[in-house]
Amino acid sequence: MSLPATGLGLGPTFAKARTQGRGVLIGCMPAGFPTVEGGIASIRAMVEAGVDVVEVEFPYSDPVMDGPVIQRASEIALAAGVRSAGVLRTIEAVAEAGAPAVLMTYWAPIERYGVARFARDFAAAGGVGLITPDLIPEEADDWLAASDETGLDRVFLVAPSSTEQRIALTADACRGFIYATSVMGVTGARDKVSGAAPELVARVRRATQLPIGVGLGVRDGAQAAAVAGYADAVIVGSALVRCVLDAPDPAAGEASLRALVSDLAAGVRAPARAQVRAG
Amino acid sequence: MTELLSVAGLLPDPTGHFGRFGGRFVPEALIAALDELDSAYRHAMADEAFQAELARLLRDYAGIPSLLYDATRLSEQLGARILLKREDLNHTGAHKVRNVLGQALITQRMGKRRVIAETGAGQHGVAAATAAALFGFECVVYMGEEDTRRQALNVARMQMLGGTVVPVGTGSRTLKDAMNEALRDWVTNVETTHYMIGTAAGPHPFPAMVRDFARGIGVEARAQVLELVGRLPDAVCACVGGGSNAIGAFHAFIPDEQVRLVGFEAGGDGVATGRHAASISAGGVGVLHGTRSYLLQDEDGQTVESHSISAGLDYPGVGPEHAWLHDTGRARYEPVTDAEAMAAFQLLCRTEGIIPAIESAHALAGAARLAKQLGPDAVILVTLSGRGDKDVETAGRYFGLLTEAEA
Repeated sequence: MSLPATGLGLGPTFAKARTQGRGVLIGCMPAGFPTVEGGIASIRAMVEAGVDVVEVEFPYSDPVMDGPVIQRASEIALAAGVRSAGVLRTIEAVAEAGAPAVLMTYWAPIERYGVARFARDFAAAGGVGLITPDLIPEEADDWLAASDETGLDRVFLVAPSSTEQRIALTADACRGFIYATSVMGVTGARDKVSGAAPELVARVRRATQLPIGVGLGVRDGAQAAAVAGYADAVIVGSALVRCVLDAPDPAAGEASLRALVSDLAAGVRAPARAQVRAG
Repeated sequence: MTELLSVAGLLPDPTGHFGRFGGRFVPEALIAALDELDSAYRHAMADEAFQAELARLLRDYAGIPSLLYDATRLSEQLGARILLKREDLNHTGAHKVRNVLGQALITQRMGKRRVIAETGAGQHGVAAATAAALFGFECVVYMGEEDTRRQALNVARMQMLGGTVVPVGTGSRTLKDAMNEALRDWVTNVETTHYMIGTAAGPHPFPAMVRDFARGIGVEARAQVLELVGRLPDAVCACVGGGSNAIGAFHAFIPDEQVRLVGFEAGGDGVATGRHAASISAGGVGVLHGTRSYLLQDEDGQTVESHSISAGLDYPGVGPEHAWLHDTGRARYEPVTDAEAMAAFQLLCRTEGIIPAIESAHALAGAARLAKQLGPDAVILVTLSGRGDKDVETAGRYFGLLTEAEA
């Protein structure tokens, strides 16, 4: 694997997957969980086992979009003392491992750091873009400017409750891909991926040519295959974090992480085409 | 100031901003619900039938307009004329009933039948459960795990009123985490559920809507002071946590440039100790719980835990309109320590036979400070935002009247 070309964002990753007729697998892990170096080890294992893009989460004290698993991991990371520097160190490590790194971050830490300054330092660390779960385009003037200046991707979210007007407005502001939250709710693995997801993706497709990533609730290869049938990227978070959280020791955690990523990677390579028109 | 005068009636702007403050920093999934709420609120405020129904409820159910009381014995002690706006006499014992009745009527208009609320010590939770009982709504209150143990009586109150109390065991297990959990519930159940936020903070339209429901405090008091004294007060004092009673008290006076508006934040052990809840006096600008305002955060943008003897002020943020009033200089904000507040608490008990909420005691302590500056001819209006029944245990322990075991 080669280092991601700076300035191109996630475009090449999606283009390559498209020619291969498969979905992109985006795996999420909070930085600094359980420690900065421990988190980096998990991420390396994820990349080696087949994650295409790593979504590093910036641990935050008040993660209102996250369910219990990522909340717990974020608490552990914060208690272990992860800081902005540790987050940027993690981004560097992802780039070194040969995968594009995006950062999922609540807006408070970025505003505090300074939006323009963070964009520069993040790009310098090799990151390709930010996913911003509590920032809507209307509040994002500083970030739109800073991401234009640095060439970073910017990923905003749409939800089943979004109107057509808001989907169009949000898609216009995105670069890299657009994040469709498959359910009305918080992050967390679910037995079934919501039936609302195919419909939402179909609505987003009508508004934009951008690749569409679907997140919230995917936990295994079969679900990943189903989502890859109608979306361009499958985003998995809580199920991966749980591998580490539930493991009796780091080695066992890494083993179950590799096993799950392999299963998910096989899933995105066998998109369930029958569901393409489900929306 | 002419500019302020016109601006006061216009803010927030249509997207919910008070200057650089306010706005909406929430998941996209909530935007549709916030738009629905904003529309329902705007229509309601312009609807005479809604206003009449709310006024009837406030009067017949909650005992509002509340009295203005000329506190002569307290005035003698403090050296200025102190007028108390008696929100403590409202049904449920605080100004908060104004907000929950207003929001309950809006909820009904939106056709929703389930309300959720966050609560610290339980005051807003009790108010929300009260309104839910009155309107026949299902009610779920999120409360920090620690607080459910410390405030078992309020948990029982909410349950008696038919509410369900959910202890929140994540994060710091306090009010801010209860608010996080309520936001998570709302994201999940937004189609059927209204989030009855308890203060003039959160994403637009909450700061404006909660202010408008609380602003009767200042509108009534302004008329009452004019009638009693024949002129406007020299200063209006209120305690500020999230800031709903303060913005309610201040708002009608914003155009009266000769009236000083002073908000008193919880200084806890003293701002120098770092153990306080003085977001404006000792915090910085950032984003928390859907709005940009002053808040307590560390250099990485992580929220810092607040500290105050008063549970109602123990919150690391403040409503965005206060941030704006601070930046424009129209209002001033000062910290009051636990010790100063408890001295004022005791003084009001002894001079007037009124046991105030510890929150409100912060405003009284601030008025004492102001009285020294303004002198004996000054008229100072103080919002007595709530009564102290809920604080008897805390105060009893503080003054050594109760042992830990008895409390």
